[in-house]
Amino acid sequence: MLNGVQFGILLFLVAAGLTLVFGVMDFINLAHGVQYMLGAYLAATLGIWTGSFWLGLLLSLPLALLAGLLLEVLVFRHFYGRDHMSQVLATFGVILVVDEAVRAIWGSSPLPVPQPEGLGSITLMPGLLYPVYRLVIIGAGLAVAGLLWLLVERTRTGMLVRAGASNAAMVSALGVDIRRLFTVVFGFGAMLAGFSGALAGPVFAVVPHMGDSVLILAFVVIVIGGIGSIRGAFLAAILVGLIDTLGKAMLPDLLRLVMDASPARQTGAALASMLVYVLMAVILAIRPTGLFGPSRA
Amino acid sequence: MRGAALPLAVLAGLAAAPFLGFGDGFALTLIARAMILGMAALGLSLLVGGAGLASLGHAAALGVGAYAVAVLDLNGVTEGAVVFPAAVLAAALFSFVTGAVSLRTGGVHFIMITLAFGQMLFFTAASLSALGGDDGYTLYGRTEILGSRALESRLGFHFLLLGLLAAIWLLLSAVLGSRFGRVLRAAKEAPLRVRALGLSPYPFRLAAFTLAGAIAGLAGALLANATEFVSPAMAAWPRSADLLFMVILGGTGHLYGAILGALALVLLEEWLSHLFEYWRLVLGPLLILAVLFLRGGLAGITAQLGRRR
Repeated sequence: MLNGVQFGILLFLVAAGLTLVFGVMDFINLAHGVQYMLGAYLAATLGIWTGSFWLGLLLSLPLALLAGLLLEVLVFRHFYGRDHMSQVLATFGVILVVDEAVRAIWGSSPLPVPQPEGLGSITLMPGLLYPVYRLVIIGAGLAVAGLLWLLVERTRTGMLVRAGASNAAMVSALGVDIRRLFTVVFGFGAMLAGFSGALAGPVFAVVPHMGDSVLILAFVVIVIGGIGSIRGAFLAAILVGLIDTLGKAMLPDLLRLVMDASPARQTGAALASMLVYVLMAVILAIRPTGLFGPSRA
Repeated sequence: MRGAALPLAVLAGLAAAPFLGFGDGFALTLIARAMILGMAALGLSLLVGGAGLASLGHAAALGVGAYAVAVLDLNGVTEGAVVFPAAVLAAALFSFVTGAVSLRTGGVHFIMITLAFGQMLFFTAASLSALGGDDGYTLYGRTEILGSRALESRLGFHFLLLGLLAAIWLLLSAVLGSRFGRVLRAAKEAPLRVRALGLSPYPFRLAAFTLAGAIAGLAGALLANATEFVSPAMAAWPRSADLLFMVILGGTGHLYGAILGALALVLLEEWLSHLFEYWRLVLGPLLILAVLFLRGGLAGITAQLGRRR
């Protein structure tokens, strides 16, 4: 249960950047998962280098931001006005390059990740030992979610971001440098993705292509939540995280009640991996714009 | 027939290839791969160029076709008269169901949902442990045609693929030129006007989506035969992006662009992977530049050259 929440929180951190970038710039960024992966690699490498996981995490943030800005200036900027299909393919090109670069630099085997020091496990309930680090992830995610909400709803920059999301041309006409706003939002989204990658490092394996599966789930999250809505992304991420984790843990056992053990494990695993997508299909069939999407289609 | 000169030349070139020094097993395998992916790309081209629907899950239908072959093979059925129709039907059904949901949305939602359905199939395939799960499933032999092992012959397989490729191209050209195709294209340009004329774009799009899926299913069954191996990687989303890139690279304005794009991409990948170990470092930027500057695609370039003359 808590694992599900923790997975959901990580998904939210990725999806928040994605939905911001999409909502504000109408730009579909497949390379977002790659930024998540970069965050994990940077944090792991810096963690080994400095000898401390926490220092590595801290140092990887500005680097992830920098990588995001670099990509924005080099590639993405030229595709803002283009149709979504071109954006998909261009960012796919970026994925190829970064994945390959990661493979060339770090190799294709999983990277050893320094475990966060100073944290053990605590007993939540009698007989239930739980790693503190996973609780830290949940806490950090909630803090970021709160911060994001404050930033978007209560500050001037946030106001501009929201205005840019609903009518970019008008904001530009009012004398706001929309280009710079885009760059800032993009860099920020990249940093969020990098942050969640760095957090995920000790829990999941740090391997090339680790961003791909997260990216797709993040897409599911923002489709369910409604594109451009941070609140929707948050709820949908928790929902998806819970369903995915619980489904994988419980479905095989549930099916064992009605079937033999081995086919139950197989169909259970197959069904569990489909569950999230079925949820998405159902929600879309009822509300094509997602839970918190704009009412216009 | 002026517009048909280039595709006919390409098809003729493919027909002549085995006799012009490309008859060895390696070259024929490569060309077979290009032709099979070309078929799937043709179907996708109908969606992208014809209906304006950029599906990022087209490889899923390919995977369904390939897995149909594997499932039947597991159960001892290797007769082509059963296997190929089954693969096509399965892929058409899959596309019909996923299309019915995803076509309710449009634009970027459509891209993401097709992507998600593609991944769904990928993970499902990866969890089928009877078929090898992640590792895939090796076929004991190619599908038989009425009891004969005709597909084992390299040349025979080559010309079967060529014939199918040409047939699919002709079929889709006819579809695009028909009333059905005109409604599709009209719905792409001005959906509101199509509605005003009393036509709902939805059934037309769903039919096109299902047709493209069926063709991808056939391509998947052929791909399984060409490699004698089926794995979830066939349905993975980078494959979908590859297919989409083939269509864009070839040019969305002409159906045969998909054939050009498939040939170009397969050969380019092969060539680059011989040059460098980390060849995707080169392919990625090429892809970005092609999308940025080659707006009409390869077919667009050749069409322009033809006009200048």
